[in-house]
Amino acid sequence: MTANWQGNGGLVAATVLGLVLLLALPQIVDPVMMIELTSYVIMAILALSLGLIWGYGGILCFGQSAFFGIGAYAYAIAVINFGDSTIPLLLSIIVPGLFAALLGYFLFYARITDVYFGVITLTVTLILYKVMGATSGSQYVIGAAPLGGYNGIPAVPPLNFPGRPELALSFDGLFYLSGVTLLAVYVGLRLMLKSRFGQVVVAIRENERRAELLGYDARFYKLATFAIGGAIAGLAGCLFANWGMFISPDVFGLAQSAQVIIWVIVGGTGTLLGPIVGCFAIQWIATKLGAQQLLNANLVLGTILIGFVLLVPKGVVPTIGDALRRLKFCPYVAPLVEQRRVP
Amino acid sequence: MIEVKNLHSGYGRIPILHGINFTMKPGEVVGILGHNGMGKTTLLRTLVGQIKTTQGRIEFDGRDVTFASPSERARAGIGYVPQGRDIFPLLSVMENLKMGEIMRGGESAIPEMLGHFPVLKDLLERPGRGLSGGQQQILALARCLAGRPKLILLDEPTEGIQPSIVDLIAEKLGELKASLGLGIILVEQDIRFIRQLADRVLIIQKGAFVAEISPDQLYDREVVDAHLGI
Repeated sequence: MTANWQGNGGLVAATVLGLVLLLALPQIVDPVMMIELTSYVIMAILALSLGLIWGYGGILCFGQSAFFGIGAYAYAIAVINFGDSTIPLLLSIIVPGLFAALLGYFLFYARITDVYFGVITLTVTLILYKVMGATSGSQYVIGAAPLGGYNGIPAVPPLNFPGRPELALSFDGLFYLSGVTLLAVYVGLRLMLKSRFGQVVVAIRENERRAELLGYDARFYKLATFAIGGAIAGLAGCLFANWGMFISPDVFGLAQSAQVIIWVIVGGTGTLLGPIVGCFAIQWIATKLGAQQLLNANLVLGTILIGFVLLVPKGVVPTIGDALRRLKFCPYVAPLVEQRRVP
Repeated sequence: MIEVKNLHSGYGRIPILHGINFTMKPGEVVGILGHNGMGKTTLLRTLVGQIKTTQGRIEFDGRDVTFASPSERARAGIGYVPQGRDIFPLLSVMENLKMGEIMRGGESAIPEMLGHFPVLKDLLERPGRGLSGGQQQILALARCLAGRPKLILLDEPTEGIQPSIVDLIAEKLGELKASLGLGIILVEQDIRFIRQLADRVLIIQKGAFVAEISPDQLYDREVVDAHLGI
């Protein structure tokens, strides 16, 4: 793309902005809002995982919440059994990553694409919802962890310092950890997309047939992208299980699957900042609407979403990016919203 | 270099190629002439693996690639510049070139390509979609050559290109053929371009080669009329 994109100005600006927000927000926001903010940050990691898969990989996955839920369950089950959270944290990344790789293998190598891919991933998510919902009863136990059916797993032990189960993470600590994780995932993905692997992923999204004729096995690259996205979603699921100290099959529900897609649409595909912005904005609006009685929250939210799709079809961040580029505004801000759109 | 025996392929149940046979040596340029719909592009797409072979055999550098995937054939050394160029529109010129050489490994071929096609030097940061048709054709060719193929398949490289760029492409291909021993299969409607480059010309009709002529025979109106009716 452009020199600005290739340069590190945007990345440095994003990192500095993220660190400033991470340090400043706990000082200026009340504790109740901090709880909300922590969940926004965790969900932004989930949105970022779909932003990678869909926006850059061109893979429309309707079931990103499946990996989120698997990560949450993997962490909860493992930490109840192990006591220490170090291995459970790793499992919450590895298990959904492997599940995504396995699912992706059968889909990509069978050349299943587009809407069929979306339908199958959504179906898998709903199957997981039903399966986990059917695990109520004392016979559904993994080690010391009861699965609990639709009641879920309560009292999930929090993350602790590696090897020190007695040093559990406080709620403030969870906010900082989630914030640093979001920043690390964002920076990591930016660097990955600038690498040769990332260039090939984008090229395959732009023209899969051409990329194959240049010698790239598109199936492998799509599979790798999908697995990375699954692992990131799993990590978000682990943090989510820590946030609520509870996990239930609702994480596999239709609503959860749909809202991730909405965050990415509103924020804008083909950017990494877009899914984060979309996630924060929609969650904040939903929280504010839920706190009032005058208007039906779902009705207002639905109207806002329709308005976005009709009036800002590219999403917030790409639209702002286009405007900044037209104005040749600040060379360090424009690359933040630089994008490689899905054609 | 490449040996094609009794090649059949088509689109679904519609057969297009009906027993193509030919062989090529390294460094040879074979022109393929024929009317629209006779199977020229289908032949190239079958050779690169975009269309499945239904019968016959393709051997490249002593290896059977009949059922190899397009990416495997590309890695084996078969490059393809299709009609319409197929550049990556949102990637810059430099990124397009890098895409061509990533699979190659070793020293970058991009400086050499920029030496051959200096017009690209000033366009390196420009997105592919911002190039003219001629510039896109040069980029597509340079990107293909950056992967150091042993054989390249060119599908109507002069289509919609201004004469000066056609001459440049012909000149560079001639140089590369001589210096790298590059094999070229050239599907082209521009008889002048084929005459400039080809060592021999195969005439395709209804999915099969019906004649082989020398490029010099393309100056002969009777031969051209007999085989091509133009």
